[in-house]
Amino acid sequence: MKLQPLEFEKPIVELEEKLADLKRHSRANDINFDSEVQRMEGKIEETKRQIYENLTPWERVQIARHPARPYTLDYLQLSFSDFVELHGDRLFADDRAMPGGMAMLGGVKCVAIGHQKGRELKENIKRNFGCANPEGYRKALRLMRLAEKFGMPFVSLIDTPGAYPGIGSEERHISEAIAVNLREMMVLRVPTVAVVIGEGGSGGALGIGVADRVLMLENAYYSVISPEGCAAILWKHRKHAPEAAKALKLTASDLLSLGVIDEVVSEPQGGAHQNHSAAIENLKQAVARNLRELAKVPVEQLLTERYEKFRRIGEFGGG
Amino acid sequence: MGIFSKPSFTSEKKRDVPEGLWQKCPSCSEVIHNLELIQNLLVCPKCQHHFNLAAGERILQLADPNSFTEHDADLISVDTLKFTGMASYIDRLKSYQKKTGLKDAVITGECKIHEHPVAIAVMDFSFIAATMGSVVGEKIARIIEHATRQRIPVIILSASGGARMYEGVLSLMQMAKTCGALALHSKARLPYISILTHPTTGGVSASFATVGDIIIAEPKAMVGFAGPRVIRETTHQDLPAGFQTSEFLEEHGLVDMIVARKQLRDTLGQLLSYIAPAR
Ligand SMILES: [Zn+2]
Repeated sequence: MKLQPLEFEKPIVELEEKLADLKRHSRANDINFDSEVQRMEGKIEETKRQIYENLTPWERVQIARHPARPYTLDYLQLSFSDFVELHGDRLFADDRAMPGGMAMLGGVKCVAIGHQKGRELKENIKRNFGCANPEGYRKALRLMRLAEKFGMPFVSLIDTPGAYPGIGSEERHISEAIAVNLREMMVLRVPTVAVVIGEGGSGGALGIGVADRVLMLENAYYSVISPEGCAAILWKHRKHAPEAAKALKLTASDLLSLGVIDEVVSEPQGGAHQNHSAAIENLKQAVARNLRELAKVPVEQLLTERYEKFRRIGEFGGG
Repeated sequence: MGIFSKPSFTSEKKRDVPEGLWQKCPSCSEVIHNLELIQNLLVCPKCQHHFNLAAGERILQLADPNSFTEHDADLISVDTLKFTGMASYIDRLKSYQKKTGLKDAVITGECKIHEHPVAIAVMDFSFIAATMGSVVGEKIARIIEHATRQRIPVIILSASGGARMYEGVLSLMQMAKTCGALALHSKARLPYISILTHPTTGGVSASFATVGDIIIAEPKAMVGFAGPRVIRETTHQDLPAGFQTSEFLEEHGLVDMIVARKQLRDTLGQLLSYIAPAR
């Protein structure tokens, strides 16, 4: 798949085009440019390193939203195996923006669910651009109960711009659907792992994000509001999204130091979309390791530690 | 924790009535004398429009006389993210503290209602639109934990513009923290009554406000997750009449009852007589 380069990747693209020209010229005129080619390749590697090791928060947001990035179903089908999809919230509908079911991971039977985006328009309409309605959150709750009943760990993959702001969504109480999950995930009597794989958009992300271990991919973001939304309110214009992205402290390393997440899962150079199989393997290893660790913890201790972890989050003065 | 013999609040400005002797009702345009408005609990005598009420005033209206003890009055917000947008967070906090006499957007404590001891939290919309940051989340979590230890009911009066953006994802996590505290309170088979007042939106609506054993709404309060403008822009649809009002939510099955301010104290007393733990 030819990837559409992001704005900040243009210097790499330009060098790669020059290299291609050089090789073509060499072949056409039968001249040996090996040393130039080598030098150019070295320069490309150096430029990549420079760019990818110094990504700004806003650049990471763009990687997190890259349409070629692996999505929930890619992980459920490839990091996991034997995925069986289970449909519906048993109340109103099946939310295609949040597929879930049972799957194996590292020899462990799991219940898993996540937000799903589409890569092109038709798929995106089916998946509602990864914005779940109340039915998605209620399906997640139903699957949590299933996990609890049969003693399987619950894994959630987070990748949403936010819960869907629609008329039906409000009529069927999206607020309540999210709030109930927040309450119930805190006392779910099986090990839980949540992974922010792309966009961690506000309450819609947190609605499946209360877990014993919260992991986050290196270039994912997790925020109370989109950088554009924050810029529109506090800077009075969306064009200030890069400043807002920086101010919001929404990157994986920021959130690790704030104690909001437990672990950063590394991505292949340039982002998960550059190398799906590496990204899929990284997620598999990280989730499997956390599940192995959690399996050893008695459930009462699990619940106490889960509660204490979220209970500690927040900064204030005066007592 | 401060213990007072009579109601005492971090708010110095208890009466949430704007300057001037006369008020114009924003709903029906009736001109009302301040005294009449105060006697009517800040409800328009003509159209029953419920004016926003300061948290301290609400507690005075609901609690048995001299029964309120405030908790955690000293908690104050800090600028962990060093937020410098158009206006810095610290500047904003200072200006609201000065304007409202409050330290932050919620008052919590213990009181009695019709002789039932309860833990109570009241949000004050006049403080940065009662957005929820770490202080709001912490005070609410603490009062719920206190209620669980004391085996008493929790009553929360919500009003909020949503999350406190200046605290980034820390404000988001207060949703999990407060709902977690409610989970343990609920597991202990203790009652939680949530009261939705105008407006209750965003992260507060999507956390503790909508998981009450009983959910009460004040008349005509705006309650919803997303703002109407965002919904209109996303869906390109006209919003139904009365969308996201208390009445709409009662019709659609979220709220148990709509209770006018004047009846709220007695209604709570009656509900507590059914579900408060026997003492
Ligand atoms: Zn009126």
